[in-house]
Amino acid sequence: MSLWSRVAGGLLAVAIALPVVRADAADVSVAVAANFTDAANEIGAAFQRATGHRAVYSFGSTGQLYTQITQGAPFQVFLSADQATAKRAVDENNAVAGTQFTYAVGKLVLYSKNPSLVTGEATLRGGAFRKIALANPSAAPYGSAAMEVMRALSVLSSLQPKIVQGDNIGQTYQFIDTGNAELGFVALSQVIAVRGGSRWIVPDTLYPPIRQDAVLTRAGANAAAARQFLDFLKSAEAVALMERYGYGKGT
Amino acid sequence: MLDWGELWPPIRLTLELAAATTVLLLLVGTPIAWWLARSRARWKEAVAAVVALPLVLPPTVLGFYLLLFLGPRGPGGDVAELFGLRTFAFTFTGLLFGSVLFSMPFVVQPIRNAFEAFGERPLEVAATLRASRWDAFWSVAVPLARPGFLTGAVLGFAHTVGEFGVVLMIGGNIPGRTRTLSVAIFDYVNTLRWTEAHIIAGGMVVFSFVVILAMFVLEKRFSRLRG
Repeated sequence: MSLWSRVAGGLLAVAIALPVVRADAADVSVAVAANFTDAANEIGAAFQRATGHRAVYSFGSTGQLYTQITQGAPFQVFLSADQATAKRAVDENNAVAGTQFTYAVGKLVLYSKNPSLVTGEATLRGGAFRKIALANPSAAPYGSAAMEVMRALSVLSSLQPKIVQGDNIGQTYQFIDTGNAELGFVALSQVIAVRGGSRWIVPDTLYPPIRQDAVLTRAGANAAAARQFLDFLKSAEAVALMERYGYGKGT
Repeated sequence: MLDWGELWPPIRLTLELAAATTVLLLLVGTPIAWWLARSRARWKEAVAAVVALPLVLPPTVLGFYLLLFLGPRGPGGDVAELFGLRTFAFTFTGLLFGSVLFSMPFVVQPIRNAFEAFGERPLEVAATLRASRWDAFWSVAVPLARPGFLTGAVLGFAHTVGEFGVVLMIGGNIPGRTRTLSVAIFDYVNTLRWTEAHIIAGGMVVFSFVVILAMFVLEKRFSRLRG
């Protein structure tokens, strides 16, 4: 037998063997708002340990993901970064009524890699920086929360020319991490494990709470594993993981 | 609710970017194309391959490197300091730089082909008439290669108008400054504002059709002139 046919035979054997590892294991396709990326990955691993099912994630801005869902994207679960979009999914019959719940409450943080730049709201009032990054407010709830904060502090008009927008909160953090923007508004979950830099956890009096809701989409209506995933989000194990990432408890 | 005032800035910005890119590419691309067409250097195809890379590279690769290159820790950031900036990302200059790289093959290749098409003969004749090489270039080579310049300019312009990945990665989506047509469409689609998306996207279809049609018609006319 030639080397190639042996390799091919080996691959074939693996391909055949893989699905038998766990006959009842299914893939759950989940659309995840970008702020929840790290927490979702850990929860996915825990979910697989607990149930054998595998969560397969697609990350993006809440708006982008919902647009894809309206166009028949095969996501079975939608983890929005707000309540409005999840509610809209139900209202527009793209998600199953009665499945919506708040899985986490997000916290907004002003973050810079520069250890002395961010001291608190004084940083925003002083405006001693050239570029401030936030997520696209029309598609990403953390972006609109950031706008609310600047509005509440009456610094929006003076900072407007310095704003750069990431397509989602992930790109926003990247702009800050690469140093292209000196500071920016990101989700606490993104920087909670990051040492150094400077940060100001924005008091939740300055913006409406970022209640992040999950729903079962129409594509997942008949998928038992997708419902299990939603239940798992409410489990003590998942809640503890989320708290480690700086999320507040949902309902 | 449709706001026409909101649609115009991305259109104007995109046209400005495409025009500036095309002019720069004609200036930079012509000597490169000339060298690629005339040089006998062994490694010239390697240079040609570098110029053609953006044809094959995912725009995200270019966007990634540009972000680092233009940023405060890259060489672009040092130049930006001279202008009191921190980075060239999120600026028109940065987009222009990216567009020039990204659209370069679309301009250089047709011009190179045109320079190669007429062969050595016309230049030798010009030399026997005591034309300097500089003179021969301007009064013989450039006019003969006119179709190549036209094709290159049209393709370079159109390709820049259609650029998306690079702009998304280094632009920062700033209205009026880095929010180009393609990014505006992306935003409108993602926020379910499809009336606006339809208007711009439909406009792009018409624009692209006209560009390609014009190319075909011009090419035909040129070949008839020559024939």
